[in-house]
Amino acid sequence: MEDRTTLNRNLAQMLKGGVIMDVTTPEQARIAEAAGACAVMALERIPADIRAAGGVSRMSDPKMIKGIQEAVSIPVMAKCRIGHFVEAQILEAIEIDYIDESEVLSPADDVYHIDKRKFNVPFVCGAKDLGEALRRINEGATMIRTKGEPGTGDVIQAVRHMRMMQSEIRRLVSMSEDELYEAAKQLRVPYELVQYVHENGKLPVVNFAAGGVATPADAALMMQLGAEGVFVGSGIFKSGDPVKRAQAIVKAVTNYQNPKIIAELSEDLGEAMVGINEGEIQLLMAERGK
Amino acid sequence: MKIAILALQGAFAEHQQMLQKLGVESFLIRNLDDWNQEKDGLIIPGGESTAMMRIIKDEELFEPVSQAIKNGLPTFGTCAGLIMLDDTHLNTMNIEAKRNAYGRQLGSFYTEDEFEGIGTIPMTFIRAPYINKVGEGVKVLSTVDGHIVAARQGKQLVTSFHPELNEDTRVHDYFVKMIAE
Repeated sequence: MEDRTTLNRNLAQMLKGGVIMDVTTPEQARIAEAAGACAVMALERIPADIRAAGGVSRMSDPKMIKGIQEAVSIPVMAKCRIGHFVEAQILEAIEIDYIDESEVLSPADDVYHIDKRKFNVPFVCGAKDLGEALRRINEGATMIRTKGEPGTGDVIQAVRHMRMMQSEIRRLVSMSEDELYEAAKQLRVPYELVQYVHENGKLPVVNFAAGGVATPADAALMMQLGAEGVFVGSGIFKSGDPVKRAQAIVKAVTNYQNPKIIAELSEDLGEAMVGINEGEIQLLMAERGK
Repeated sequence: MKIAILALQGAFAEHQQMLQKLGVESFLIRNLDDWNQEKDGLIIPGGESTAMMRIIKDEELFEPVSQAIKNGLPTFGTCAGLIMLDDTHLNTMNIEAKRNAYGRQLGSFYTEDEFEGIGTIPMTFIRAPYINKVGEGVKVLSTVDGHIVAARQGKQLVTSFHPELNEDTRVHDYFVKMIAE
């Protein structure tokens, strides 16, 4: 019999080549689904508003999440705080399709992440580099995304994280087998995971881009850098024309290698979300949970 | 033989790997230019059928794909691919699919069961549909717990599970032989 981990990795495989959109209401969820989202992330406030509001940010009201589950037929994800396994238990109890143990919310534990192997529902976690990604996978994450810098509309951090992961993967691939033991020690992960990356040239789970994606060009950039799909948070519903932008980003992810199509998609999209440059941010969410 | 794989969204790379194992050439279809290449068969992969429907329409692929299948292009749909071929989507097969028939991700499961003409095979169901009703000309190839999970109509083959996620290549081999028939 195949275990839950395999089935949960398999669901992430079905999301590949797709766009996962942050939504705060059933109405937004329906817009996202109609625009071609492969899943939605249900949350009370999108990252840009969490950033603006400040204070402690927690799991969303289960009733609000259930409203979104009833509104759409695509998978529904929701966020819990890093280390807050009871919030995760609640999300499992309402049969969420994927839990995002997310640095966008205020961390509940500054040492331990959730022991995700204890759950039947799958988890996606953020990572800035290969070591973080493999540590989360070792804890039971069945999907990885870059951390990026959520709610900024600035793609620089997602690019940095994706480039870092890809370059570290290439480094592992080029190593001789006896060097892998030392690499495992440095990355602080089990040898078996390092060996998998060495042999396959990729993570053992699906790897998406997240954080700061605001345009079809941003999405295609992340795909060309090696992402297998894209999360878009504030970028859609903080823009001038959410429906058009959502559809354009979906199509840009499918045709990410085709500049002619992306050029057409980029026309007349209206206002993009107002961005905040990396240097202007007070709070670096990507630094939460390592 | 060259098989086209619809690569709008979902697990298309996994199908490509299965065909590679069988030594069959394949290519990916993302837009109308890709579609216009010569092909002997078509695979519609797993993923989200609402996302695929949106893109297939926007890329102006809906009519040509539907027409080609109706004109006899051998086609294999898995999971979302099964839904795409049913009577409310591309409408090329006399089947009525029930979406998310086993519920949310907690209802996803693995089993092994009989597939007519092949034997016992591994079956991975991920938020899977099953076939509610079959019409004229449809032959049921497999049932699990009384629900239809694989069927064939002429040169169209559908499974509600994902043969591309396991090591076993026999269902893909069945499709390749179907093309050659």
